[in-house]
Amino acid sequence: MNWTLILPELVLAVAGLVILAIAVLPKRDTDFAASMATLGALLLAGVLVVAQPDGEAFLGQYVSDAFTKFMKLLVLAGAALGLLLAMDWNRKEGLARFEFAVLLLLSTVGMMVMVSANDLIALYLGLELLSLSLYVIAAFNRDSERSAEAGLKYFVLGALASGLLLYGSSLVYGFSGSTNFDGIANAITSSETAPFGLVIGLVFVLAALAFKISAVPFHMWTPDVYEGAPTPVTAFFATAPKVAAIALLTRVVAGPFAELAVQWQQVLLIASLGSMILGALAAIGQRNIKRLMAYSSIGHVGYALIGLAVGSELGVRGLLLYMAIYLFTNVGAFAVLVAMRRKGRALEGVDDLAGLGKSDPAMALAMTVFMLSMAGIPPLAGFFGKLYVFLAAVQGGYWTLAVVGVLSSAVSAYYYLRIIKVMYFDAGEALDPRPNSLSIVLAGTGLFTVFFFLFPAPFLAAAQAAVAALVG
Amino acid sequence: MLSIGLGHYLTVSAILFVLGIFGIFLNRKNIIVILMSLELILLSVNLNLVAFSSVLQDLTGQVFAMFVLTVAAAEAAIGLAIVVIYFRNRGSIEVEDISTLKG
Repeated sequence: MNWTLILPELVLAVAGLVILAIAVLPKRDTDFAASMATLGALLLAGVLVVAQPDGEAFLGQYVSDAFTKFMKLLVLAGAALGLLLAMDWNRKEGLARFEFAVLLLLSTVGMMVMVSANDLIALYLGLELLSLSLYVIAAFNRDSERSAEAGLKYFVLGALASGLLLYGSSLVYGFSGSTNFDGIANAITSSETAPFGLVIGLVFVLAALAFKISAVPFHMWTPDVYEGAPTPVTAFFATAPKVAAIALLTRVVAGPFAELAVQWQQVLLIASLGSMILGALAAIGQRNIKRLMAYSSIGHVGYALIGLAVGSELGVRGLLLYMAIYLFTNVGAFAVLVAMRRKGRALEGVDDLAGLGKSDPAMALAMTVFMLSMAGIPPLAGFFGKLYVFLAAVQGGYWTLAVVGVLSSAVSAYYYLRIIKVMYFDAGEALDPRPNSLSIVLAGTGLFTVFFFLFPAPFLAAAQAAVAALVG
Repeated sequence: MLSIGLGHYLTVSAILFVLGIFGIFLNRKNIIVILMSLELILLSVNLNLVAFSSVLQDLTGQVFAMFVLTVAAAEAAIGLAIVVIYFRNRGSIEVEDISTLKG
């Protein structure tokens, strides 16, 4: 048994338990130490992921290859950046409790298990570990009615999605005779026509995963939860868990169900088209910037799903790049939202950004970069993400996807540009000075977004290797 | 003599599953009913898993059912905790009152 393959997860889980045990001892001020210890554990796990050998563990339930490494590094980066965003915000809102760091750490363990899962049981346990932590941190501001409501809505709909996933898993298990992804793939290839029950099970599993990545038609919870949850929690929701769920979806459709491509391609095609269109149209009228970002993230999931719906290696490579770029751009944009604070009060309106171009030119410039990148303006990173998925769609002959994608990114450019217009051309009071941790995150993600076009080669190579490991 | 086979179990569990789904969407009264519906869904899944496990002569399904039971307990605990903080803020757990966040 090759247990060393789960060393990164073990480190994170043990770190979470140790922090939990130590932080309850003193009476106060454990929040900062817990956050720092969490960042250290995430960093250590990142190093271990890079150093990890490829292979399978626990009777094929768990895999490690170039694909899992790529995705796990993204997830770890997302979690670490999410924690950096939250530290100062939590202190100012009176939410500085060490449990936040521990929950974030445990959700990261769940995400890493999801990425590495090669069995329906491992998939379910990883997903639940993630979801249960997320329900709690959505309601983390427990004295706020909106945060509690966001947590409640997320819990009810998330638990429903878990139920759908389980029902689908049970059908897949029953009609293929195995919960292992390789076993399911064997059962499908060995039978002449795929059993009907298996296809039904696949559709249930896809529906549940579409819920987790908030693709249309399972997106209803996203705007409400994003608006109600504390801003850094929203930032975390929009980045790392989405990357992990996309990784899981990719592994499920490209591994066990590769033979049923005709069935799942239709489902993903509709989800992708719907998400792109809804993301472009519904965000236009939004006054609350967190709600706007929720619709924007639904749209981005639609673009990313193009890569999966075309069902080619080129498409999956585009998807991986898209998620990497989306993660860093989104963290940067949310860093600005977290910094939106006037006289100690957190703000959420698009109009509250007014005058930022005069009062804080650096942050306004960074926000401009992120918004233009999300709109897909060259030469920013977001342009390349869209370029690679649209390229895959055109080469695969999926013209509808490419055309709708281009049109809806043109429409969505409207509300991204509106934010820039509000920052530079509307008058408003200055925001409170931004804390240093946010400046670091802004600088890092901003530089990545601007200068991605100078060094795309290592990212392309890593994504290519990941796709080769997944398909080959 | 009528013998009970896999089809019967699958039918019962499908009925339970659909009841759970309807319980969530048609229920306009109380969040506790939604929590019960969620449990119903998970139990229908367990019935499925155990029936398949018995027909396939394979233990994996029963192991899976054990994991589902464990996670369902954790999920119920977290769900009730969230309902409690919601009630403290709002003073009500009527489903119709959950509408502060709207777009």
